[in-house]
Amino acid sequence: MVTRVYVPKDSTALSLGADEVVAALHKAGAPIKIIRTGTRGMLWLEPLVEVETPAGRIAYGPVTAADVPGLLVAGLLNGAPHALRIGQPEEHPYLKSQQRLTFARVGIVDPSSVEDYIAHGGYRGLERALTMAPADIVKTVADSGLRGRGGAAFPTGIKWKTVLDQDQPQKYVTCNADEGDSGTFADRMLIEGDPLTLVEGMTIAGLAVNATMGYVYLRVEYPEAIDTLRAAIAAAYAAGYLGASIKGSGKQFDLSVRVAAGAYVCGEETSMLESLEGRRGEVRVRPPLPAIKGLFGKPTIVNNVISLASVPVILERGADFYKNYGVGRSLGTLPIQLAGNLKHGGLVERAFGVTLREVLYDYGGGSASGRPIRTIQMGGPLGAYIPVADFDTPIDYEALAAVGALVGHGGIVAFDDTVDMAKMARYAFEFCAVESCGKCTPCRIGSTRGANLIDNLLAGNQPAEQKTLLEGLCETMLQGSLCGLGGMTPFPVQSAMKHFPEDFAPRGRH
Amino acid sequence: MSIVEAHEKERVAVESALQRFGEEPGPLLVVLHAVQDHLGYIPPTSIPVIAERLNLSRAEVHGVMTFYHHFRTHPQGRRVVQICRAEACQARGGEALEAHAKKCLGVDYHGTTPDGGTTLEAIYCMGNCATGPSMRIDGKLHSQVTPARFDTLLAERGVN
Repeated sequence: MVTRVYVPKDSTALSLGADEVVAALHKAGAPIKIIRTGTRGMLWLEPLVEVETPAGRIAYGPVTAADVPGLLVAGLLNGAPHALRIGQPEEHPYLKSQQRLTFARVGIVDPSSVEDYIAHGGYRGLERALTMAPADIVKTVADSGLRGRGGAAFPTGIKWKTVLDQDQPQKYVTCNADEGDSGTFADRMLIEGDPLTLVEGMTIAGLAVNATMGYVYLRVEYPEAIDTLRAAIAAAYAAGYLGASIKGSGKQFDLSVRVAAGAYVCGEETSMLESLEGRRGEVRVRPPLPAIKGLFGKPTIVNNVISLASVPVILERGADFYKNYGVGRSLGTLPIQLAGNLKHGGLVERAFGVTLREVLYDYGGGSASGRPIRTIQMGGPLGAYIPVADFDTPIDYEALAAVGALVGHGGIVAFDDTVDMAKMARYAFEFCAVESCGKCTPCRIGSTRGANLIDNLLAGNQPAEQKTLLEGLCETMLQGSLCGLGGMTPFPVQSAMKHFPEDFAPRGRH
Repeated sequence: MSIVEAHEKERVAVESALQRFGEEPGPLLVVLHAVQDHLGYIPPTSIPVIAERLNLSRAEVHGVMTFYHHFRTHPQGRRVVQICRAEACQARGGEALEAHAKKCLGVDYHGTTPDGGTTLEAIYCMGNCATGPSMRIDGKLHSQVTPARFDTLLAERGVN
């Protein structure tokens, strides 16, 4: 009998030796069939090897190639006891308490198999959408309360309605997969683990607004995701789920991957459109909104990966089902990414309303270094630093905004007490200087001047004046920048100065 | 490779990129990717050819090419080491790795060792943020790269 063994090919698993584990399993010559999946999101346990047994899948991890012979002798293929045995992954506390709607299949299915996708509930949302009028699809998404998961949190249904209302023969659906925020990897994990959910979500978006062409703008820094997504799109075409007549419905949707070229600012929607058109990724002045004049001047949906990947479950289960999750105006679930100095880094999908403390300690297990967590940064390099005193804040757009922080794309980077906050504030300016598109002055010049001011401040060179200048500069960048890059770079700087003033004391010349 | 052969290789790369992707909507980035994937860089001499065929000015092609960090106009070393500089890796000791790598290789970011062997590049996030510090060597991603692990990984690849 051939036993099915599941080994992730998610980038993090690969970076920890998943391919070497596969090679060792092959070398051992055991009667097995290896299926490559995404990751379950318990990244400290990667490579997590799962074996199919009569009692369900049994997981072992973290497994190295050197562990393989011993595991086989111990009875890996029967799910036998071993020091690395985790048991049924769904029963692991980290996964058991999650509410996986968008990530329901990630880590379970073969990412490039349409058959496997359908066997696990895929394409049910599209089947429903094919029976609905475009306006009804848009209404379902609007009623679900889904807001843009890329960070701007704009209601997805309103955006779609604007595109639907444009009377134009050519419209586009674009997916922003330029996930450049440090500490975020939900887009990558979804694309590497269950890309057909994104493909399905984009196809539904096309049906909803009468768009026949879609593009995924995907980071060049994610080569594994590019390969997986391209394979999934090819499989969807082969199975008749993309192309001139989706499943014989007579409705068309084509989808193509466009590879980005390493510019952080292209995560801003109008820069992304410029880049898709083959130009420098400089921000466009709005209005007009992309929903009215977007890609190649046509009405265009621009949504993040997670927003689009949340659409299939909304269509399948209905708006009421989805909005039953969450709190206040933050409805549905958020894939929270735990990164940086945490013991149990990974992905936690939960309804909005879970507190920072719960995710950091109950899931994250506290710091990896064993030292106290001093601060976290949420929402990428433009997110504020949050002090321990605010850790009881629930993760919800409005509650985090009230403490000066943002949900962003749901990534959390934890720092222990060895962090130098003046250095982090300087890095925020430095990063902005590297990534500024150069179109507006506050961002282009302000970023470099900001780094200089912090250097002067720390050098004790008229510190009081430097501080005043720094505060003024932050205000200018906030008010005067064309997009979020310059306009939000002050968030990490100001929050670091506010919550950790002791780190900004002059240190003498260096 | 002789100069004539090098020119021919370049011509073929540019020609095949234009043939395959020149008709796509907004094709410039797609074409530049194809040329760089083929040659490892985008030769400055290819700019006028690409510009003419895509009905763009040379300034436009140059402007796009220099806007994006990914595109380069000169070859890299035989080995390429990319180290993540972003916050999540910093929180896990990324700065120590950066300093160690620069010291070992004797070059700063974007530098290539004098023998043309190894190029060091900074990269801002590879989405491997829970298990950093992260690094790619010749495209292969590695997690938990301490300075000691850096030495081992480079030694395995025959870099001293």
